Amino acid sequence: MQAKIISKNVNVYYGTNHVIKNVSLDIMPNEVVAFIGPSGCGKSTFLRLLNRMNDFIESFKMEGEILIDNEDIYDSKIKVEELRKKVGMVFQKPNPFPKSIYENIVYGLRIQGINDKKYLDSVVEKTLQQVGIWNEVKDKLHQSAMALSGGQQQRICIARTLAVEPSVVLMDEPTSALDPISTATIEELIYQLKKQYTIVIVTHNMQQAGRVSDRTAFFYMGELIEYNDTRELFTNPKVELTQKYITGRFG
Amino acid sequence: MNNHQITINRWKDKIFYWYGLICTVSGVLILAVFLYSIIIEGWDRLNWQFFTSLPSRRPSSAGILVPLLGTLWIMILTTIIAVPIGIAAAIYLEEYGKKNKFAEFIEVNIANLAGVPSIIYGLLALEIFVRIMGLGRSLLSGALTLSLLILPIVIVSTREALKSVPKTIREASYALGATKWKTIWNAVLPSAAGGILTGVILAISRAIGETAPLVVIGAMLYITTIPTHPLDDFSVLPIQIYNWLSRPQKGFIENATAAIIVLLAITFILNGIAIYLRNKWQSKVKW
Ligand SMILES: Nc1ncnc2c1ncn2[C@@H]1O[C@H](COP(=O)(O)OP(=O)(O)OP(=O)(O)O)[C@@H](O)[C@H]1O
Ligand SMILES: [Mg+2]
Repeated sequence: MQAKIISKNVNVYYGTNHVIKNVSLDIMPNEVVAFIGPSGCGKSTFLRLLNRMNDFIESFKMEGEILIDNEDIYDSKIKVEELRKKVGMVFQKPNPFPKSIYENIVYGLRIQGINDKKYLDSVVEKTLQQVGIWNEVKDKLHQSAMALSGGQQQRICIARTLAVEPSVVLMDEPTSALDPISTATIEELIYQLKKQYTIVIVTHNMQQAGRVSDRTAFFYMGELIEYNDTRELFTNPKVELTQKYITGRFG
Repeated sequence: MNNHQITINRWKDKIFYWYGLICTVSGVLILAVFLYSIIIEGWDRLNWQFFTSLPSRRPSSAGILVPLLGTLWIMILTTIIAVPIGIAAAIYLEEYGKKNKFAEFIEVNIANLAGVPSIIYGLLALEIFVRIMGLGRSLLSGALTLSLLILPIVIVSTREALKSVPKTIREASYALGATKWKTIWNAVLPSAAGGILTGVILAISRAIGETAPLVVIGAMLYITTIPTHPLDDFSVLPIQIYNWLSRPQKGFIENATAAIIVLLAITFILNGIAIYLRNKWQSKVKW
């Protein structure tokens, strides 16, 4: 099978700070891959390479190649907006727009000029069903999304991402701002979404990586130390550093 | 620290407390006395006749219809002119012009403009709008003048509002495939709308109290026709007040006080709306 995402010898610098060091890794379609590693090791930076969100940082510089569906996403011919439609992102802190639930979901479609009410209605229902929150909010679609709980907001943000029909969903610590129950629902959701999407998730929670991912990548100081089947990596790590990190004996 | 020292500090504390209290109270008190005396003197004059009459040589039959309409016209025209330009300029400076020499130059000048005495704007406007552009002593000239005056305020407050929109909102928009312009238009501006509106209202409320620049460009002291067109001659409330206050008859002084009440009421209402919007936005939008 052809890999969905291929990264070849990727290096990233912020100014002179070398934060991603020669990282190569492949991600298969419909796979859930977790990135783990200590704070500052470059997980978010690497994740944000995949939808080019680092482009906004002035000192950002990248070498190497990243292919998604066999296209070099840093090629000058690539339209970044198209890439970001295909590669959606969910952030650490729920960040709904200060608009209604409905308008949050259809935001990505409206900016493409899609305003057909029937179609938008159907997308809202479908995506809210997908994230399992339709019954909770169907009577208040036109109320502000800011009034929802953190867990609900995060699911709105996921639904909003799904509405533009991406094939890859990136998640940067999507549950770190949520309570255990909301966290469990999001994890369940990730499990469901995997049937349709390729998912890359950054997490500090090793149990979470164990529960949701097929493969896990362990980063340390910008290097990819070990990348393996999740169960294998947690039960039988090949590298001593990984072993130390997952057992919490570090430093 | 010994006991003696502590006692002294406690005394200092007390003295400062009372000092602060007295300053605050006396400030509010002076304002209250001022309002009270104005209302006492002008209240009886606030009847229907006063609002619907043209100026007159007899105080009891004079009214504020012309300057009141003038003020309303000026408010609307100034808003139409200054708000789009001010917001557009703020968007350029805040979102596009970062670290380019031209934007830096403009920025310094805007800061300076905000400190220029308003009469200077009047002189500038007299030359440009009234003479060179040939707009005469019209409502339009007046609105353009006041637009110049409040542009820096609109720009600065809009920039503040844009700055206060958190990065996460922009990121959310970009991550959904939005271009920079769509992000600004669909995500940033709506999120900043409360702050922008507050700034605009405060600027307008500042503008309608201005007298000096309008006197310079030649707003009429005595005019008996209702303004119906942007190129009509005009007067505004502060000028009418100024005019009546300079008359010797007691009746005109009373008229002036009544007109002050009207002007104050408009300003208070505008400021009230601004405060209401700010609170509403703050409670709705928690980042
Ligand atoms: N905008 C930026 N400008 C400059 N340096 C940055 C920027 N963002 C991150 N860095 C640096 O890049 C390195 C990697 O940061 P990154 O955010 O990718 O780490 P992380 O693994 O996601 O950490 P955490 O677990 O704390 O989120 C760090 O040394 C950080 O200081
Ligand atoms: Mg991170």
